[in-house]
Parts: sequence; structure tokens; C-alpha cells
Amino acid sequence: MHNFSANKKRSLLFVLFGWLLILVGDRVGELRQYQGSFVATYTLAIASIILLTGYSGQLSLGHSALMAVGAYAGALSINNAHLHPVIALIIATLVAGLFGLILGFGVARLSGPYLAGTTLALAVSLPSLANQFPILGGEQGVAFDVGAPPARFGEAFSQYKWFFWISSLAALIMIWLISNLLSSKYGRSFRAMRDNQVAAQLTGINTGRLKVTAFTISAGMAGLAGGLLVMLISGVSPSAFPLSLSFSLLTGAVVTGVYSLKGVMLGGLVLVAIPEIADSVVNRIGGSEGFTATLPGFLVSALLIAAVLFAPNGPGQLLKKKH
Amino acid sequence: MSLVVENLTIDHGAIRAISNVSLTVAQGELAAIIGANGAGKTTLLRTLSGLKESKSGSATWNGNSILGERAEDLARSGIMHVSDGKSVIAELTVKENLALAGLWRKDKKDVAKATDEVVELFPILGQRMSQAGGSLSGGERQMLAIGRALVARPKLLLLDEPSLGLAPLIIEQIFQTIKSLVKKMDLTVLLVEQNAMGALKIADEGIVLNLGSVVAVDSAQTLLNDPAVRSAYLGF
Amino acid sequence: MLKFITAVLTSLTTGSIYALMSTALVLVWRSTRVINFAQAGQAVLTTYIGYEVIVRSGSYWVGLIVAIVAGAVIGAAIDRFFMRPIFKRVTTGPIVMIAPVVATLGLLGIVQALIGFKWGLSYQTIAAPVSTDGYRIFGSVIAFSPFNLMVLVCVTITMLLLTLLFQKTNLGLALRASAYSPEIAKLSGIKVDGIRTLGWALAGAAGGLAGMLFVPSTYLYPNAMDVLLVFGFIAAVIGGLDSLFGAVAGAMVLGFAINFTTSYISSRLVFPTAFIILILVLLIKPAGIFSNKKGRRD
Repeated sequence: MHNFSANKKRSLLFVLFGWLLILVGDRVGELRQYQGSFVATYTLAIASIILLTGYSGQLSLGHSALMAVGAYAGALSINNAHLHPVIALIIATLVAGLFGLILGFGVARLSGPYLAGTTLALAVSLPSLANQFPILGGEQGVAFDVGAPPARFGEAFSQYKWFFWISSLAALIMIWLISNLLSSKYGRSFRAMRDNQVAAQLTGINTGRLKVTAFTISAGMAGLAGGLLVMLISGVSPSAFPLSLSFSLLTGAVVTGVYSLKGVMLGGLVLVAIPEIADSVVNRIGGSEGFTATLPGFLVSALLIAAVLFAPNGPGQLLKKKH
Repeated sequence: MSLVVENLTIDHGAIRAISNVSLTVAQGELAAIIGANGAGKTTLLRTLSGLKESKSGSATWNGNSILGERAEDLARSGIMHVSDGKSVIAELTVKENLALAGLWRKDKKDVAKATDEVVELFPILGQRMSQAGGSLSGGERQMLAIGRALVARPKLLLLDEPSLGLAPLIIEQIFQTIKSLVKKMDLTVLLVEQNAMGALKIADEGIVLNLGSVVAVDSAQTLLNDPAVRSAYLGF
Repeated sequence: MLKFITAVLTSLTTGSIYALMSTALVLVWRSTRVINFAQAGQAVLTTYIGYEVIVRSGSYWVGLIVAIVAGAVIGAAIDRFFMRPIFKRVTTGPIVMIAPVVATLGLLGIVQALIGFKWGLSYQTIAAPVSTDGYRIFGSVIAFSPFNLMVLVCVTITMLLLTLLFQKTNLGLALRASAYSPEIAKLSGIKVDGIRTLGWALAGAAGGLAGMLFVPSTYLYPNAMDVLLVFGFIAAVIGGLDSLFGAVAGAMVLGFAINFTTSYISSRLVFPTAFIILILVLLIKPAGIFSNKKGRRD
């Protein structure tokens, strides 16, 4: 009974939050709507990392590749198979999830550095695959056009607002599903496994299967985020998913506290905010081309190190210290 | 030169492993700490050799405090901690294992001399010089572990359960060797053992540890004859 | 026949560069149990330093030596001033397992950002000190040049020196003992912290050499060594993270596999080949082909 009402409470919160987002989306300008879409997308991607690393204890540097898989699957569905955009997003999720399932089986027995290095290899090698197969469009990539907002929303409903609605809704639904999952028996198993794998096995938890499950779900989420991302940039290409994206996502996860979904939106905000901050810094103090291009990366890495040093278990730790 | 421990308290995570333990080992003495598994004996030794931190209390050797010092510094000052046979590095040869404790010493001639003395003491090691440490038998490994410590010409030897996992005949050999070492090499020895009988037979002083506290301190002979000790630890 | 000889020679050359990177990774892994992803950044940074020296002095060889020394210094500094505080600070919570790895990733990002800031993102070149035109054998030119030969010779000498250091010197014994069992090394009076820093210095030097030997055949830019890092990692895994011999052997296996696949099948199969080998090794013998351990040394 207790769980039931906790679930209800959570669902209510999500619905309320969704409503809030719609209201806010109506009030702000197109730029913020566009940025908001990115925040939603990154938040979803970061949530996938939190699930994989924070809950099932597997460190992945290859999520940029997983996002790419989803993105290409979605783009091809629209372009080549002429499917509806929503179907395309679902396909993005499923294809990436399938990829994650296979990958998960391969790496389930790996730990720590082996897993990190293997996923790193994946992130580095996958984008180059796009150049090998012409169907993937080579360097130019494949277009992803989600279409204009439906006519019944009226003239004032901009494309960016449409982006915002789609990405926020998709992210919200996914994260709601995941948090339900994590507060169930599954979540407890995950945490048990993360904290002490041997002990968890002794209590009958099938850690191998659990890890693969986490990988699959995480990949699916990443794939959806990938699909959303290329919706925002209207097309997918190999350069949309560089290795640095994996690092950024990891940073976002560590900054918000990789062990809990609670602050995950903070990570999304941070990732969108950093290029903004970098821009304004450059505008203020000027700088070479090299400075402009490298400042965001520098900030992300510095933030990652600071997070590891000062708040490795999430910003909540910092707050607790004040007591 | 003696080892003086006063009111030492050591925590192991959330557990108080050692509470308010005091003991003294005079120079040239062989003191045995006996007690059941989990009594805190190993924890005590690891703290004295610098591998673990203490919570409170003091411990001095030769008047100098040894708490909070780094293990490698304590080792260089003549305090050698010998764990059981597992402390042999399996991937290195016998010769290389023996060389470890002498690496930092400047007097290479004396290191060579000390190594020769160890080989004299444990001839079997001399026969196995170029074999991997992992290929030795249990007893040979224990000899190697002790021999390695001796190369550094220590003054204080902390021995952690040297009889663990060894056959009775070998145990007898090891204990006798330890006893003879004390005189031969002018050592002070603190021996921690589960094999209470064997330890008390060669020791001068005995300390009984139970659940982290000292429950009895006396000459080894007295303890051997004490009925309470006999029934609790000696099995008769 | 000529194709075969060429493939063998180019395999040896690329394999030896991989060997330097895998050696660097294995050195740090053995002493610190961390995969140093920042190695890519260190190696490229030292190459930029070498580049500056070459520009000023006009000599590749001086640049090479400076790069190696800089690599050692930077490597030691990273261990002493970055890794040690991290290990000290992060001692509780599940993050303990991934914190050092994440830290090296962060360091990589910072180093590459700093490089881009100082030198810009455009491609530089470092000219090789000897000819990069292929040798002529039986009237045709093969894809193996004096420069490739030089690379091979340099790496071979380096590996021999390292092996001598580890197997025949007291310092090498201390390095090995500290890697196998830090506790026993400490109890033997070995200053394990300093030894570990030395391991990082050696790794940094190896990376510095790798960068200077690699870049003349391509371009110099902040991400120039990223792919080498990945291949070095794969080579180290193939060989088993625990021995220098494994690092070199694994690198050769990888080098041969990649070069023969690209020569005989398709030039586009570089990454897939590497990735497939990695997965195969991890599935069949996770400890590494040349290791004699049963599982992985985590």
C-alpha cells in the first residue's frame, strides 16, 4: 500500500511538472524554448548514465555512440521508410536498446577500467562507421525533419515550441518510467548490486542479468535522447556525436550526483549553460579562436574534477556539510 | 630498548578492535600474544608496524613514538613486521624476495653477509634461490618471510601467526628457529599466535588478548600452568 | 610477396608505436590500478613542447629528448599533485571505484583545452629527421621508409632498456615489488609512494617518445593521440595488463591484425578490426592472451 501511494505521489509530481513546463514554455521566447529542448534532451541522456553508472555500477564512456545509433535509426525511419516522427523516436529507442542489449551481454562481466576502455573504443570507432556505409549518408549525414506543429495549435505555435513540447514530453515520460522502476524491487536490487556485488549475488540476485538489463534500458534512453537531439539540429551526422559528448554527459551526471535521479535536471541545465557562460566570458574579455573553441571543454573538465574532488557523491553532500 | 604500549585503542571500521591495551616487551625478550581468532592480535601488530592508524594511546620503541609513522620508515628504523607465508611475493624469485628488505640499505657488503647468514639458517632457501616464491611449500615460504626480514638486521621483530597453515613438524621447526634467533641476533620479538601452546613454550612473557582487551599478563611459564588459560586456549 | 613483406614491416612499425602507449598504460596500471586516460593528453602535450623546441632549435633530436624528459616530469607531477590528493579525498561511497578514472578523464579534457588555447586548433606538422620515402626493393618502392626503420629501432632500444631496468636493477626490483604487493614493499622499507611516482614518470616518458615518433607521419593537433590511446589500451588488454612483455606482444598482435586486414581486405576496417579483437579477447581470455593469470587483476 505504501508503495502505491508513493507511486501516485510521484506520478502527480510529474504531471504537475509537465504542466509547469508547458506554462513556462508559453511565456519565454523562442531562444529559451530551443535551449529548453536541449536541456530536456541532455537531462534524458544524463539520466541514462545515472541509471547505468550510478545504479548498476557500470561506467560507460560510449553513450555518445549509443545516442548516435538511436539518432541514425530514427533519421533513417523518417527519410527512407517515411514513418511518422513519433514512430521514428520509438524506433530510435528500440534500436538503441537492442544495441545496448547485445553490447551489455558482451561487457557484463567487465568492470571498472576494462568497461571504461571498451566503451571508449566504441565511442571512438562508431562515428567512423557512418563513412563506410553510404546509406548512412557519410559526412553530411541524414536529415531528420519532425515536421511543423499541427495546424490546430494555431499560428503562434512556433517550431521551437513544438521542439520543446516533444522533447520535454519524451524526457518526462521516460524519466517517470525509470523512476518508477528504480523505486521498485528492481531499484533495490540495483543498489544492492552496486554496493556489494558478492553480497548481492549471495542473496539470490542475478547480477549478470541485472547488468544487461541496466545496459539495455540505459541504451534505449540514450537512443531516444539521440533521436531528440538530431530532431533539434534537423539532421544527424558523424560529427554530432563526438567523444567529448560522452565526457560532457558523464560530467553532468557526476555534478548532479551520479547515484540518484533527484537532481538530474540540474545536469542538463549545466550542460546547456556552459556554452552560454563560455560565450559571455569570451564576449567580455575577448579571445582568440582557440580560446572560444576550447573554453567550454575546459569548463566541463574543470567542473568534472571539482565535482569529484569536492562533491563526489552529489551536491547533496555539500548541503549536508553545512549542518 | 624496549617496546612500550600504553592504553592503545584501535578501531577497525565501526568495530573497536583493541581497547586500552598496555604491554611491555623488554629488550631481548620474546613476548607472545595469544588469543582466539578475532581477538584483535593482527590489528595490533599492523598498527605497531605502521600499516594502520590508532585511535588513541601510545606506543614507543626505544623511547621513540612509533604511532602514526609510515610503515616504510618504521621498517628502515629496525622494526620488521613478518606476516604469515602469504607475505612472500609469489611472482618474484626467492633471491629477489630476500633482497627486498636490503634494497634501501647503503652497506651492500653487509646486506650480502646478512643474506648469507639467512641462507645458512635456512639452507632450503639456498637451494631454491632462482625459483619463484609461489612455488615454495608453506613451511619454506614462512622461512623465506622470516629470512627476508632478517636481511634488514632488525632490532624488533613483529611476527604474525607464523604457524598458520603449516604442518605440526614444520611448526615445531619454525618455533625453535625463532627462539634461537632471539639470542643469536640480539632481537626483541613480539609474537602473535593462535597456536597458544607452541608460542608460550618458547616465550618469556605471555599476554592473553580477548575481544580486544588484555585479560592476562604473566611469564609464559605461569600462563602455561594456569588452569583457566589451559582450558580456554590450550585445550586441556 | 612484396605486399606481404610490406605488410609485415608496417605492422612492426605501427605495432611498436602502440607498444609505447600500451607500456605507458601498463606501467601506471601496475603501480596505481588506474587506467590513465590522460595519457593521450600528456603525450600530445609533450609533443607540442617538442614541436616548440624544434621550431626554436631546428633539431628534431633535441626536441625528442626534451619531449621525453618533459613527459617524465609531467607524469611525475600528475601523480604527485593530482592523483594522490584524489585518492586521499575520495575514500567513501560507491564513487571510490570510478573516481580516479573519472579524474583522469577530466584531466585529459583540461590538458586538451589548454593546448587548444595556447597553440590553437589548426594542424601543425613535425618533420621527420630522416627520409619518409619508402625504400626501393627489387625496383619497386615499398611502404617502409628510413623513418619507419628509425621508429622500430628507437622502440626496440627503449623496450630493451626498460626490461633491463626492471629485471636487472634494484630500482626495477623495487618497482616490481611495489606493483605486486605495495604492503609487503612498505614493510620491507621501500618508499612505495616515490616508486609509484617513478612509474608515472616512466609512463610519461614513454608517451612523450610515442608522440614524437608518431606525429611526423601525421598531423599535430590537440586530439592527435586519442586514437593511439584507444589502440594502446586495446593492446594492453590483449597482452594482459600486468606485464611489459604482454604490453608489447599485445601491441604487435594488434598492429599485425590491423595492418594485414587493411592491406588485404579493406582499408576501412581499422576500427572494426580493433574493436572485434578487443571483444574477442575480453570474451575468451579476459586476463589477456599473454598473461598466466586465471581471471582479471582488477
